Formats: sequence, C-alpha cells, structure tokens
Amino acid sequence: MAAASPGREPDQSPLHRTAPAPGGWRTGEAASGLALISPTLLYAAFLLLLPILIVFAYSFWTQDFLTIDHTFTLANYRAALTEPIYLDLLGRSLINALSVSVLAVLMAYPLAYFISFYGGASKNLWLFLITVPCWTSYLLRIMSWKIVLGYNGVLNSGLMRLGLIDKPIETLVYNSNAVIIALLHSWLAFAVLPIFVSLEKLDRSLIEAAHDLGDTAVQRFLRIILPLTLPGVTYAFLIVMIPTVGDYITPKLIGGSDGVMIATAIQAQFGKAANWPLGAALSITTMIAASLLAGLVVLVGRRLVRALA
Amino acid sequence: MTDPMIAIHALEKSYGIYKALHAVSLDVAPGEFFSLLGPSGCGKTTLLRSIAGFETPSAGDIRIDGESVIGKAPNQRPTNMVFQNYAIFPHLSVAENVAYGLKRLKLSPSEEKRRVSEALDQVRLGSYGERRAQQLSGGQRQRVALARALVLRPKVLLLDEPLSALDKKLREEMQVELRALQRAVGITFVLVTHDQYEALALSDRIAVMFAGRVAQIATPKEIYQHPQSREVAAFLGGMNFLSGRILNETATSLSVEAGRFGTVAATKPAGFTRTGETTALGIRPERLRILWEPQDTPHQITGTVVDRDYFGETTHLRIRAEGLDEPLSVIETNSFGADDLPRGATVQLAYDPEAFVALAD
Repeated sequence: MAAASPGREPDQSPLHRTAPAPGGWRTGEAASGLALISPTLLYAAFLLLLPILIVFAYSFWTQDFLTIDHTFTLANYRAALTEPIYLDLLGRSLINALSVSVLAVLMAYPLAYFISFYGGASKNLWLFLITVPCWTSYLLRIMSWKIVLGYNGVLNSGLMRLGLIDKPIETLVYNSNAVIIALLHSWLAFAVLPIFVSLEKLDRSLIEAAHDLGDTAVQRFLRIILPLTLPGVTYAFLIVMIPTVGDYITPKLIGGSDGVMIATAIQAQFGKAANWPLGAALSITTMIAASLLAGLVVLVGRRLVRALA
Repeated sequence: MTDPMIAIHALEKSYGIYKALHAVSLDVAPGEFFSLLGPSGCGKTTLLRSIAGFETPSAGDIRIDGESVIGKAPNQRPTNMVFQNYAIFPHLSVAENVAYGLKRLKLSPSEEKRRVSEALDQVRLGSYGERRAQQLSGGQRQRVALARALVLRPKVLLLDEPLSALDKKLREEMQVELRALQRAVGITFVLVTHDQYEALALSDRIAVMFAGRVAQIATPKEIYQHPQSREVAAFLGGMNFLSGRILNETATSLSVEAGRFGTVAATKPAGFTRTGETTALGIRPERLRILWEPQDTPHQITGTVVDRDYFGETTHLRIRAEGLDEPLSVIETNSFGADDLPRGATVQLAYDPEAFVALAD
C-alpha cells in the first residue's frame, strides 16, 4: 500500500494533499476534484481494495496448523477447481444468482415502466412504496418466508383450505427455489431504480418519432425503448447478481441442504475448518467466476437486444 | 380549389376545463406549403399533433386525402413529422435513422439502400450515412429528420418549429432549402412556427392563430398587407394604429377621416363589419417615408424624432407627430442617411393615402 510505504514525502501522494501547490496537475480543477473524492477514495482503498489484496495474497499461501506458510502455491486453487463439492456449490451459487437477477430484471422492468410512464404526479410515492419492504430487517424478511413457505405455512394451509391440495407440499422451503424466492424479494427494489432512471432519461419524442414512422407499440418497445434503456437494465442485473452469488444468510436459513451456496463453504474454511488460504482461494474463484458470468450475460443480452430491434 | 389534401372541420380539443382548440376549420391544398403561425400557447402545436395523431380531438373531423383519420394512430396515417428537437435516434447511424420507417415496407436490401441514399442526397447529407447522431450539428440533425420523414413519401409532412433551434444565419439558409425541397418533392407541408418572417418567407398560405382560434387564413402578402384584426396586424410586424371617422363605405374600401392624416382610403378586410361611426386604422412603418427634399404634396405630416434603433440595413425610428397620442413607428433604409438623424430632429413624413387598412378590433 502506497500510503504505508516508508520514506515517502507525504505531500507527493495525491491522497494526502490538502492545499494545492502552484503549477501542474496540483492546481485547478484536477486538484479540487481529487480533494473532493479523496475521503471516498481513502475509504475505498483501505476498506475495499486492501482487504481484497490481502485475501488475494492468502490464496497463494498454505495453512500450517496455527501459522501460515508464505511459500507461493497454487494448491488452493487446484482444490477449489477440482473438488466436486466446491464446484457443485459454486455452480449452484451462480445458477441461483443468475436466476434471481434475471427474474429481478424481468419483474422490475414492467414496474419501472409503469412508474415512469403512468406514475404521473405520484412517481415519488410509488418509488417510496417499493422501498417499504426494505425497512424491515433482512433477517426478519427471510424468516417470514419460512412462515409463508413452511410445511404448515401460509401457502400450504391456504392451498389446503381452498381444497387445491390434500397434504402440504414439502418442496416449498429448504431448497434452491426457496432461496431464489427470498433473494428475489430482497433485491427486487434495487433492480427497479436503475431501470426507472434510464426510462426517465429517455426522450419521449423518440418514442413518438418511432410511432410516427410506422411502429406498433411492440416495435417501439423493442426498437427504441429497450435498446436505449439497456444501460439501466445491465446495471440492475449486475447490482442484483454480484451480491447474491455470495449471499450467506438466505441459503443458511431457508436453503436446507439442497440450497447451500458457496458462501457457506467459504465461511467454513475461515471458521471451523480454519483453512484461510483455501477460503481465500474459494473467494477469489467465486469473484472471478461471477465476473465472467456477469460479463457473458451482459454481452449475450446486448446481442439479443440488437437482434430483437 | 381542387379537393383539399387536409380538411379540418370544427376541430375542438379540451384539456379538462381548458380549451386548446375552438372549432378550428381549415383546408390545405395538395402540394401546398401551409403554415400555422401564432404565439406560444395559441394551439398551433396541438393542431399539428392532432393531424399527426398524437392528440385525440374532443370533437370535429380531420380528413387527409378525403379519408377521415379520426381514431387512427400515428403509424396508420399518411403523415410524417419533423419534431422540434428532431428526435434523432441516438443509438442508430444516420443511414439507420433514415431507413427506420422503411423496415416495415420489407424492401430488398439494395432497394432500401437506394432509397436511403436518395433521401440523404436530397437533404445534401450524401456522405454522412455512417455517422452517429451525436456527431451531427443542429442543421445536420434537422436534415436527417427531414430525410427520415420524406423517405417514406408521406402525403403530408408536418414540421413542428423545425428551425427554432438553429442560429439566425443557419435558420435563414435552411428556410431557402426547405422551400426548395418542398417544391422538389411536391409533398404538402404543414409548418408550425411562432416566427412571422419564417411563415411569410416559406408559406403559400398562413393560418394565424390566437387562443385556440384561427384569426385569419391568407397568403403571406395578403395577411401582411390586409390583416383582418388588430391582433393579426400586431403579430405580423410593426403597425401604427390610428382611429378615424368613417365618411363613406364601398364593397372593398372605406373612406376615413383620420385626423392629421386627412381623408384616407382604407382597404376593407374580408368580414369587416362596421360597429359605429369610427374604425381602427393601421399603416405599416415602412409605408411612412421621410422626405429628404421638401415636396409639394398634401399627404405629409411633420414630426420630431424621439428614438431610433439601428439595424444595419435599416433604422427604426419613433417619430412624434403633432396631434397624435402615440409616436409613429417608421422604418427607413439607411441609403439616405436615416442612421444619422439625431434625436429631436424635425422631419417631414410622406404617406400614401391608399396604404391604410381598416381593422376590426
């Protein structure tokens, strides 16, 4: 870390500059811009970049009972990429996160569309109402899903009362589906906002022009609205997918043995198993796999939208 | 007139209690360049958008080429529109923008390409097909919007203040081009504008609108020289308003006793109804001339220069004449030294006693 290295003139680091010195990049807009973002930059550097670098370093070391052997090795990655249990968990995590994020985007788009186009004067009220579920504790919301989906839960007893089923459905909770439902519920609001913003920014006269040039409502959506709001859709997808890959609480509480995700394995390595380097390698592998999958989905999505237009 | 291309009959549009259009009726001939002129909020854009199909009229009928378009969506009408901000699709190239509406026609790729390049040549953007919308200037964007609409060969092209976003010089160039383009394609153009000079320069006929009503429909010359009301007269350039006592009335003119101006002959506008012994009169500022040499004509009055504005080729003077409440506006070309007239100078103003118009209030 640059800031920690000894013998460095403090005022040579952009992070430490307070008053601009005359000349060069240190004055004017660049310097004041840097000064403005430096608290954030410092925060990000120390609390995001530094921990990741530490985890990255650990992933190449070896746990030797209570001490760490600092010799470079790829053994942890070999374990992470060959042990069936880890591949299985990683695959399930990616599939679950992908399902949640794709479903979230598909459900958020109509909602955002409705608010943007038909919200009228009460757009802000609609947005506020969408965030209301987030006011309850995350934990409570997951527990509530247990009550809804449980063996004697709301859904099962409701369906039985209606005479649609004879005995409770056992596959509602403690599996991947339950995890997907609960995660979707938690993250949907976050997907609505970026899509809403990109719809708000869309110049309505472009839609009118397309209408004027002969497009039906479906064509206007596919040729104008969707391509031009794709950045919002992409952002919504990423903002849901990236955090859900590594979600720990939801699978733990309602995933059962069938819904376990990679975070549980990582937690075990840092906890009971006390193999930090393997945990670190699993974390880095998950991060890279999630990034690759996200990038792939974004690319495929763009192609698809272009093909539809 | 042959069968009109656009026939609007008793068109009404209300937004709640606010009425944007009051029983508007007008006809536009095929191949005509027709302008809707008026101040902001007069309903001209609402009328244009009703023709395009973006507004649903509350009552009345719009026929295009003999067929009622009421209840038809914009994509089902034989009209295309050039939007005020041009609405160029930012994610498409210039050529893709122009080809946008052609996709529906399912032309062969070579035929589509031919029509796109033909349309781009028409607006002198032949070599810009690959550019993105962001790389275009205001004038170029406007040409793309024109090409995109004209390539579909609509029966009517609707233009919503297409020149208002351009600077003055470019606007004047585009006026010339727009007029030439309209003559070349022979399509009926309906233009909305708040700029009277634009309307006068471009149009075959102009409809002047105020507060949701059509005040007058006539050729540019007719509307400028013989405005039917004080409002129309004032909106189209400067006008000196006077009042006079009616001495005699014929089918086409009035003989009016106009104070210091003596007895003048005023053109009677269509639909003029005499409301009493007096009438409002108007004379355009350029119809008053400064006499640089004394002349023996009875049609002159004496005045004092109270103010002047220099406009390069012309000078606008305010001249206070004896016996008149308001100073007279006079526009003089600067060929004879009007730009050197000091404030307080005494001048003789000559006028043509036939140049007056009677105005309904």
